[in-house]
Amino acid sequence: MDTMRDRFAPVVSRLLDEDPRVAVVLAEIGKDGFREAMARHPDRVINVGIREQLLVGAAAGLALTGLRPVVHTFASFLVERPFEQVKLDLGHQNAGAVLVSAAASFDWPAGGFTHMAPGDVALLDTLDGWTVHVPGHPDEAETLLRHAVAAGDEKVYVRLSTQANRQGREIDGTHAVTVREGRSGVVVAVGPMLDAVLAATEGLDVTVLYATTVRPFDAAGLRRATRAAGTDVVLVEPYLAGTSTGAVSEALHDVPHRVLGLGVGRRELRRYGTIEEHVSAHGLDPAALRERIGRFTDPTPRTG
Amino acid sequence: MTITADHGRTYGHDDLPGLMSLMTGDEKHGPAATSTLDVLWVLYDRVLRITPERREDPHRDRFLLSKGHGPMAYYAVLAAKGFLPVDWLPGFGAYDSPLGHHPDRVLVPGAEIGSGSLGHGLPIAVGSALGLRAQGLHDPAVWVLIGDAELDEGSNHEAIAFAGPAGLERLHTVVVDNSSASHARPGGIAARFEAGGWSAVTVDGRDHEALYAAFTAAHPGRPHVVVARVEPKNA
Repeated sequence: MDTMRDRFAPVVSRLLDEDPRVAVVLAEIGKDGFREAMARHPDRVINVGIREQLLVGAAAGLALTGLRPVVHTFASFLVERPFEQVKLDLGHQNAGAVLVSAAASFDWPAGGFTHMAPGDVALLDTLDGWTVHVPGHPDEAETLLRHAVAAGDEKVYVRLSTQANRQGREIDGTHAVTVREGRSGVVVAVGPMLDAVLAATEGLDVTVLYATTVRPFDAAGLRRATRAAGTDVVLVEPYLAGTSTGAVSEALHDVPHRVLGLGVGRRELRRYGTIEEHVSAHGLDPAALRERIGRFTDPTPRTG
Repeated sequence: MTITADHGRTYGHDDLPGLMSLMTGDEKHGPAATSTLDVLWVLYDRVLRITPERREDPHRDRFLLSKGHGPMAYYAVLAAKGFLPVDWLPGFGAYDSPLGHHPDRVLVPGAEIGSGSLGHGLPIAVGSALGLRAQGLHDPAVWVLIGDAELDEGSNHEAIAFAGPAGLERLHTVVVDNSSASHARPGGIAARFEAGGWSAVTVDGRDHEALYAAFTAAHPGRPHVVVARVEPKNA
């Protein structure tokens, strides 16, 4: 299967052809995919070199002249390194952009911690007005990239990952999708976590909601799901554990509820290896998820 | 001298200290408060093709004040040129005033960017120049004003090193040099721009004719920097 990132350059290259407002800003990473587009649109495909403060600052300047910048690099260099540019050059200047990241929390475990960004969504949560898309499949990535570019002058983050579910689903860029219905809790699976969540909850009497747009959080969708399934909520997110716990509490602020936030741990593992090894190390493989979700949703005291 | 909001009135360079007094309450201002004053006046009076009526015109020149500290001179010039009412000036810094100690583009008519955190204006100016070029708007000039100590911020050097090789001919930087950087070498400012492929001129930042000549010097195929030297901040 191709990856989300394999779709990124072809989709955005088509958007460059279709919409004269679209511009792409790169900092070396990902430039090969845009070689043809750069030849066709030399003034709208811009590689600033290995300069991430300029990457975001220049994108803001493009936006201030009326363009729709699409900005791409690894998440750690797109959100973390130039965070003040994201906060001020986009937010404070009232300028919009589409930030598209790759490498996610640990897409390249052998690359080590410098190329891991489990905190990207939590960081964006400190800012106002960001839409955050977390596709779980290349087809969904394509859909969400189109939504993001078409979203006027909004600030949109699209988090691409090599981790993906086996099949894509119908998504609309706003709402969570009900994948399974039960009566003893709601499990919200975000993006690439869906396959592991479905395997983990096989035979459990829980509702599974699938979220690919996490900001704004689909509070109404979650409330609807809790009517039949109750207000025990488990979040399974592919980035820092608990990132959306506050959003769930806000959605259910007027009813008693319990929340368990699962995701990537804060502790630096200092391990290389494979994605699968890191998924397991963070307790996110189906067996570990089943254990943790089961313990939370099943009130029966255990013996032995 | 009494100045009231009178839209029919024309303000000159001599009126600027009075306009600044409305914000500061001081009759006289030290060099630090006025380091940018002559540069701003010559730009707005003789160089920039921008008027209050053309604030949204895509063909206008862009002036980005990156050094947002001490914006009284900037507000005074904007008021003198009719971008904002003179009667806003006494509210400087108040809760319900649009005029803060750092400018906010959303609140100040004519301000192309908000600034305060140093090192943001030049990268945004690079993007503005790229954006205008991409839309076939080859005429508007983009100007950004930074301070000599502001050049300490590494983000500027990302922009300087990119803009030269990218041939951003419509990009202009004016560095107001009041020797406020703690670690600097003589001639270092122009040298760093020149190493990035910029056209560079160093002039007396109080001499209006010298500033005008430097601002309007030809620089085909290259971005242009004017280093405007004024009295040392701590002299």
